[in-house]
Amino acid sequence: MGIGPFAVFALLFLVLPTAGLFIGAFQDAEGNFTLANIAGLMTPIVANAFRQSIIVSGASAILGAVIGLAIAMALAGPGIPRFIRDGLLTLSGVASNFAGVPLAFAFLATIGRLGLVTILLRDLLGIDIYAAGFTILGTTGLTLTYLYFQLPLMVLLIMPAVDGLKKEWGEASAMLGATPWQHAWRITAPILFPSFAGAALLLFANGFGAVATAFALTGSFINLVTILLFAEIRGEVLHDPNLGYALAFGMVAITAVCNIVYLRLRAFSARRFR
Amino acid sequence: MSARGLARGVIIAFGATYLLLPLAGVLEFAMRMRRGVYSFDAFFTVFEDHRFGDTFLYSTVMALVTVLIGMLIVLPAAYAVRLHAPRLRATVEFVTLLPLVVPAIVIVFGYVRLYGSDSWLPLTDSDFGADALLAFGYVTLSLPYIYRSVDAGLSSMDVRTLSEAAESLGARPVTVLLRVVLPNIRTSILSGAFLTAAIVLGEFTFASLLDRPAFGPFMQLLGASRAYEPAALSLVAFAFTWGLMALIGAIGGRRKGT
Repeated sequence: MGIGPFAVFALLFLVLPTAGLFIGAFQDAEGNFTLANIAGLMTPIVANAFRQSIIVSGASAILGAVIGLAIAMALAGPGIPRFIRDGLLTLSGVASNFAGVPLAFAFLATIGRLGLVTILLRDLLGIDIYAAGFTILGTTGLTLTYLYFQLPLMVLLIMPAVDGLKKEWGEASAMLGATPWQHAWRITAPILFPSFAGAALLLFANGFGAVATAFALTGSFINLVTILLFAEIRGEVLHDPNLGYALAFGMVAITAVCNIVYLRLRAFSARRFR
Repeated sequence: MSARGLARGVIIAFGATYLLLPLAGVLEFAMRMRRGVYSFDAFFTVFEDHRFGDTFLYSTVMALVTVLIGMLIVLPAAYAVRLHAPRLRATVEFVTLLPLVVPAIVIVFGYVRLYGSDSWLPLTDSDFGADALLAFGYVTLSLPYIYRSVDAGLSSMDVRTLSEAAESLGARPVTVLLRVVLPNIRTSILSGAFLTAAIVLGEFTFASLLDRPAFGPFMQLLGASRAYEPAALSLVAFAFTWGLMALIGAIGGRRKGT
């Protein structure tokens, strides 16, 4: 009885709308079953959008995961003043929630054509990044922008696992004659790997579904899946609603795989190390 | 300083720079509006724009409605699962996590199709219908956070004993929820509410595709037509996010203390 309203709501505004799209992805305009829409995902514009999306979210996820882990490991343990650790973690909490339209503005003002960093590099060091071919509207610019929320999100996700590493383990390794490298490779890396890989997958799904940042930054200039779908919903591009449903289906297939693997890895590391 | 200590310092400095530099960049850019000198003109222009106030008010009301509806459907469900139907717990939890798997743009696409002009329930045809649909969409987006905050609150109290005590004194289930459970979990509810507000206030995709006069689409519109005002707006948005996160932190800190 208490579950009733929740169940009705979830059905009406989460399950049915999404399921409707998935069914539409396997129907033609007359409602007959077909695989033509799924095959349509291979048309150049759609396939290219998927490739761009995977490149941008993949690059920002990998960079965010690696640098985020490095920052978390640098913050852990003694020797770092309390206010620096707390300050950076607070900043990470805010920055990981600072996405969308205002983030795009911040990066335009920083590494855009007239941005602060662009101008400082040009005037102080004589490096004109735009003359060198960089543009914030491209894959690199978008990756750097996504990194602004991916990096701090990684720090927050991985910090508990890094804090859980015991100092005694390092001492035990050293006493048994292991070099620091052996300890890092044989002890720390296997312990952190499930959390690390899981968090990286979460970052990937996070970047993959993002719309507003890319749209505010580039308009429809860059061909991402989300941007293509956005235009499709507004009725602008594909002229084939069922192909749009297939697009949505393809997106969810990718994020679902990421999340399933993430949950598996999380369960695995919880079983093994708690 | 050891080489290791130096490396740690460099990495931390890099992280801090990456997160702070765009803020410096956007502040400097916003202050360039008056030719030749730094000024706060862009901020004043933004605040004087009536659309800023209108859309911000719209999104604030939307955030409040979202939290209210969210609590109305999640609290009874989380309570019932804990008390009467523990077997459904995994299912309910799974459903509340779905919005993290299905991207927002896919959900809103489903809405446009299911509740669009030529559907069985054309919510998007009237302003009120579209507002309601937007609110439901935001509730869906924030389900993971609302459920988690309510569930954390419930697990920190003895739900069964308190409920049985209240019921044996003659309280009806609604009374138990409102006067026994709710006061006990209000701090966790508040942190969920602030997180929801942080998501809803600047949300773009839903509001834009449902064509609602919200703050997110206004920011995007301003970005497409002006140079310096968007930078000022960006800092205002960052300040709001910071404020909401600080409130969550303060609540969390106080809960640990008591």
